[in-house]
Order: sequence, then structure tokens, then C-alpha cells
Amino acid sequence: MTTLAKHSRSVSPAADKPQRNGGLRQLGDLKIALLFIAPAMIGFIVFYVVPTIRGVYLSFTEYNILGDPEWIGVENYAAIAKDPLFWNSLAVTGQYVFLNIVLQTALALGLALLMHNVAKSTIIRGTLLLPYLMSNVIAALLWFWMLDYQIGVVNQFIEWAGLPRVAFFGSEAWAIPTQALINTWRHMGYTALLIFAGLQAIPGHVYEVAKLDGASAFQTFRKITIPLLRPVLVLVLVVTVIGSFQVFDTVAVTSGGGPVNATRVIQYYIYQRAFTESDFGYGSAIAVILFLILALVAFIQMKFLKGNESDLD
Amino acid sequence: MKKTLGAVAVAAAVALSLSACSGSSSSAESAKGEISYWLWDANQLPAYQQCADDFTKANPDIKVKITQRGWDDYWSTLTNGFVGGTAPDVFTNHLGRYGELAENKQLLAIDDAVKKDNIDLSGYNEGLADLWVGQDGKRYGLPKDWDTIGLFYNKAMLAGAGVTEDQMKNLTWNPEDGGSYEKVIAHLTVDKSGKRGDEPGFDKNNVQVYGLGLNGGGDSSGQTEWSYLTNTTGWSHTDKNPWGTHYNYDDPKFQESMTWFAGLAEKGYMPKLETTVGAAMADTFAAGKSAINAHGSWMIGQYTGYKGIEVGIAPTPVGPEGERASMFNGLADSVWAGTKKKDASIKWVEYLASADCQDVVASKAVVFPALKASSDKAAEAFAAKGVDVSAFTEHVKNKTTFLYPITDNTAKVKGIMEPAMDAVVSGKAPASSLTQANEQVNALFK
Repeated sequence: MTTLAKHSRSVSPAADKPQRNGGLRQLGDLKIALLFIAPAMIGFIVFYVVPTIRGVYLSFTEYNILGDPEWIGVENYAAIAKDPLFWNSLAVTGQYVFLNIVLQTALALGLALLMHNVAKSTIIRGTLLLPYLMSNVIAALLWFWMLDYQIGVVNQFIEWAGLPRVAFFGSEAWAIPTQALINTWRHMGYTALLIFAGLQAIPGHVYEVAKLDGASAFQTFRKITIPLLRPVLVLVLVVTVIGSFQVFDTVAVTSGGGPVNATRVIQYYIYQRAFTESDFGYGSAIAVILFLILALVAFIQMKFLKGNESDLD
Repeated sequence: MKKTLGAVAVAAAVALSLSACSGSSSSAESAKGEISYWLWDANQLPAYQQCADDFTKANPDIKVKITQRGWDDYWSTLTNGFVGGTAPDVFTNHLGRYGELAENKQLLAIDDAVKKDNIDLSGYNEGLADLWVGQDGKRYGLPKDWDTIGLFYNKAMLAGAGVTEDQMKNLTWNPEDGGSYEKVIAHLTVDKSGKRGDEPGFDKNNVQVYGLGLNGGGDSSGQTEWSYLTNTTGWSHTDKNPWGTHYNYDDPKFQESMTWFAGLAEKGYMPKLETTVGAAMADTFAAGKSAINAHGSWMIGQYTGYKGIEVGIAPTPVGPEGERASMFNGLADSVWAGTKKKDASIKWVEYLASADCQDVVASKAVVFPALKASSDKAAEAFAAKGVDVSAFTEHVKNKTTFLYPITDNTAKVKGIMEPAMDAVVSGKAPASSLTQANEQVNALFK
């Protein structure tokens, strides 16, 4: 509603102008507008548009960074289609994203409801954000040591409980779930905060009416909270899914793609091809494919979950 | 948000490259000022800082700024430096890397200077100086040090098991039954109820102390993991070395050796690969989790530095052909082709390769310098600290070394072999699966 009001205010003087001094004032506004947009625009062009175009160009070349890029058409893409490690990286990343997003969203929703209804103290709400304030690499290394097979404290507790030690980062079955859980731990507070903001935007009178009609807590949650929260949930999902697909730092500082290929996620594989093996053309081509996948995922989420419409209107 | 890492980094690197490649300047300017020098081993930093101070004392108009970067970041930072024009004037170079750097014209050929300044290449340990002559016949570095492989062992554990130092010095190995090497490893392995690995009732799933520690799968070179065994069978990594163009991971002799090696973990004598992700092998040795660790001579300081553990060093076992074998790796200092201080940089490289600096390095007893005379001094310095390093020097004296495989495409070969070797060593795939990986590797050279 507020956006609508702002919109109408800014539109009306402009609509008056042509009558008084033709298109000149309008152009004057454009210049000033451009001036204000410029800082963001320059950053956007220099750091996003140009690198993207350059990356797309490089994906059609053979380029080892020290020489000159050499145009080879779609050869990189043809090679990727036949590269088992690429398909493996997609499967591994998919497994990571699924575990990470399902757990993180469910836990964050639960936390947000607790923040909204129970934990009203600012200190407790702030505490939930603490893991997010830690850098990804630090969080990963912290858990890497705590979960170490030989000298980790977690395995010491597991042994005291009479269970066999677990190779959290070394076993193919555990490596991805372990890292998905670490990042869930780090991100759920922040995600909860976003959802919490969405909960606060739901008007209280809707709940009062539901109460008067005798709706149970579960019914209220399912029929009122979730539908009215949907736009925020969709936004949260789009942002977290894209972030989750780009998992890199956790893998890079812990398992480094192994054991065998169990954690060779797509971003790590791009890094390996481009920076370790100096094959920047191939790396760029995978990056372009990841870009398309993410664009498609975001589009599907917005389209089918109707993220740009609100049931509040 | 939708931007992907690769493209951003590539573009940033490309943007930076516009400012690079402006390396020429007058010779008067290039012989003085500050030059930058990079190395990766923190243990060696004090020795080289001493060299730099001495160098500046002798050449007051040249200052050397040393930067130490960990191995994990060293090469990617260096590559970014080449592109961005911020690479160091002089840097420690590795045999596995310099071929690609030379081919991409990032290294300065120093033949003229070596000739003009009468550097005596025969003073270095045999073969070390030749390693740094590229495929084009030009010299891209002067040798600074070398390393070989040995067996570090926990003296108390061996005494407890009744294994003598003499036995350790005369170990034999073969890929069929592992020879006396496997017998000792099995005997040193102890399960949680105190049963040894060669006793009936040994529980391989509840091992307290492993006979042999494991560092990793070994990827393409197996430098400390398995090459000291595989290369005693007459097998070698490539068709020729340096500059081979064909790898031999499909050789049945090699695959048989790897089957034996992976079998150690299966028998419970060596930790499973999955349990080695995380804590370093040397640290788990210090924690009493393994009795013998095969490792490189650059680790002497670390192994002998642990408090409360008496460490002995034995030579690697004698193989089926009656000889021991150890990978012989040597580092050198190279000059970046884009340096603005060419003359000063070459002067520094020559100083690093001279007896003046290598004796300083020797006196700190951290690595073996490349010069023969300095090597002997290093051995004396180790002996003064109470460490017998003959297990490492013996390989050089008896010429039982083989070179680190120097080829093109080393990074890509490693990229293919790392998961393939991990799969074999962890028992997930048979050693015969290496044949397919070998085909992928050799396709890189076509």
C-alpha cells in the first residue's frame, strides 16, 4: 500500500508538466535521476554486466588465463555434456540444496513463530542471529575440528555413548549431509528473521476474527499464517535456494571435493577447472550453465508460488 | 545475486591484466631497489630472512621483502599475480608446476647470467640442476633444496612390540605378501583389547594403534604415500622423466602394488581413508594413533619436535628388485618474466643458490640444501640436534632416488588421479579401475 502511495505522488507532477513547459522539465528530471542512479549503476555494470558478458564470451573459448582466449565455438559445452564429473556435481549439489533448504526453511519457520509468539526478548531474538554473524569459513572450520574423526569432541561424545565414531567429512554418505547441516545451523537464524518480519506484517485483526470463529491453533497456522506469509516465504526460498546452489567455501575449507567425488559441488568444480587446472573457458561454460539453472529455478518459484501477489489486498 | 563466481573472477582478472606486462626498464634501475620474494614453508622463513639480511649487507642498494604464503593458496595467488602484474620478482618454484609456467612465458630464462657469473652447476647434488632446464633447453631456476622419503617410527611402540632398530633398517617389501614390512606393520597394530594384528582374534574394526599411518590417497604422484613402494618394482610414473608424455597407471605391476596398499586398510593395519580427512597424519602419530609414518624429509623438524615421543627414522624398505626407492623432489628459485628489477632479481637467485645462503639454511636444520657441501652441513646440524637423518641422505648417496614426475598438464593429471586414487585406497574401486583414469590422463597429451 505504501508503495502505491509513493508511486502516485511521484507520477502526478510529471503528468502535469507537459502542459506547462513541454518535455524539458521531464528531461531535467531524467538527468538528476541518472545522477542518483549512477553510483549503483556503475557498480552494477562494472561488477555484474561486464563480467557476465565476458564470462559468456569466455565460455566459447579455450583460455588458460596466461595466454589469449581462443574461440572454439560450443566445444566446451559439448565436452560438458559428456563430462561425468559435471553431472556428478549437479547431483551432489542437488542433494545438498534439498537437505539444506528443507531443513533450514522448516527450522526457520518454527523459530520465527517462536520469536513472534513466545520469545519477545530482544536478547533471545538477537542470539538466534549469532551463527550468521560468523564468517562461513570460520563456521566451517569450527565444525571441521569439532567433528574430526580422530580428535573431534563430537566423536568423543559419540564414543562415550557407546556408538562407533563417525567420519563426518570423510565418508561419502555423511559428507554432504554434514555440510548441509552446518550451513543450516549458520543460516536458519537469519532466515527466521526474514520470516519473522513477514509474520509481523500480518494484521492482528485477522487472528482475532479467527479466534472468534473458534479456529484451532493449527487451523489458524494453516489457513491464515501460511497463505498470508506466502510472498515472504517465496522471497526467502528464492534467495536461499540461489545461495544454497552456490555452496563453495564450506567445501573448499573442509572436504575439498572428496571423498572421491562426494562433495565436488558445482561451484567447487568450476573453481577446480578454472583456477586449479587453468581451464577458464571450461570453467566459464559451467558457470554459464549454473547461471541458466538458477534463473530457471527462480522463475519457476516466482511463477508457480505466485511470489509477486499478496492475499492481503 | 545470480552472478557466478567463475565469471566474476575471470572478468576481474582480465580487467587487471590490462595493467600488466610492462616489465622492461633500464638496467641501472633494474639492479637496485626493493625486490619481493615468496616462499610457502613457514619453517624455512627464519633461514631465508637471515639470507636476505646478509644479502642486503653485501648489496646495500637492494632490499628483499619476503612473503610467506601457505601451500594451499600459493599457486592460485601466484597465478593471479602473473595476470595482475603483482607477482613477486623471485619465488620458490616446484617441479610439478614450472613446466606450465615456462610454457606460458612467465619465467625468465637465466642461462646468460649463469654463464656470465660462472655458477658451478656441478656443486649441486646430482641431477638437481638439470631438473630446471625446460623443454626448450633453457634454464628457469637454480636449485635450493631437495627431499626424500623415510619411515618415522615411535621408538616406545617398537620396543614394546620387540621390533629392533636393526629390523627397521633391513625391511623388505613385495606386492604379493608385503614382505617383512607388512609383518612389522601387522605386529605393531594393536586392537582395543590389546591383541596384535598378527595374533588370532585380532578385531580389525576396533583398532587402537595402526601399524602404518595414512596421509591420503596420494593423487598422481603418491610422493609420501605409495611411490616409495611402487617404484621399487621397476615401475615408473611416466615413459620418461622429465618431460614424459605417457603415464603408466594401467601397468599391472603398479595396480598389483596398489591392491596390496589398499589391502592394508582392509586388514585393519592402516586407517581407512575416510578417517584421515581433517587432522594431519603427523599429529595423529603424535597422538599415538600410528606406529610408523612414511613421510618426507621436510617433516623431520615436526616429527622430532613433538614432546614426550621418542622418534626414530628408518630408510624405506628394499623392494623386489633388491633396491630401495624414494621420490627425489627439488625446489628452486625462479625469476618472474614480468619483473621490473631483472638484474637485482637474478643476483638474489644466485645468492640463494650460493654456499653463503645454503650454509645458513643448513645451520638451521630444517631442510637439505641443494649444494653437496651444504647438504653435509645440514646433516651435521641435524646430528647436533640428536637426529640421525641417514635414512634420507642414504637414498642420494646410493642413487636410489627417482625424480618427481615432470610433465605438462600436471594440474589436470592431478585433477583426474585424485578421485581415482581415493576410490582405490578407500576400497571403493578395484585397482584395475585406474586403467580408465590412465586413458583420461593420456588423452591430455594428444
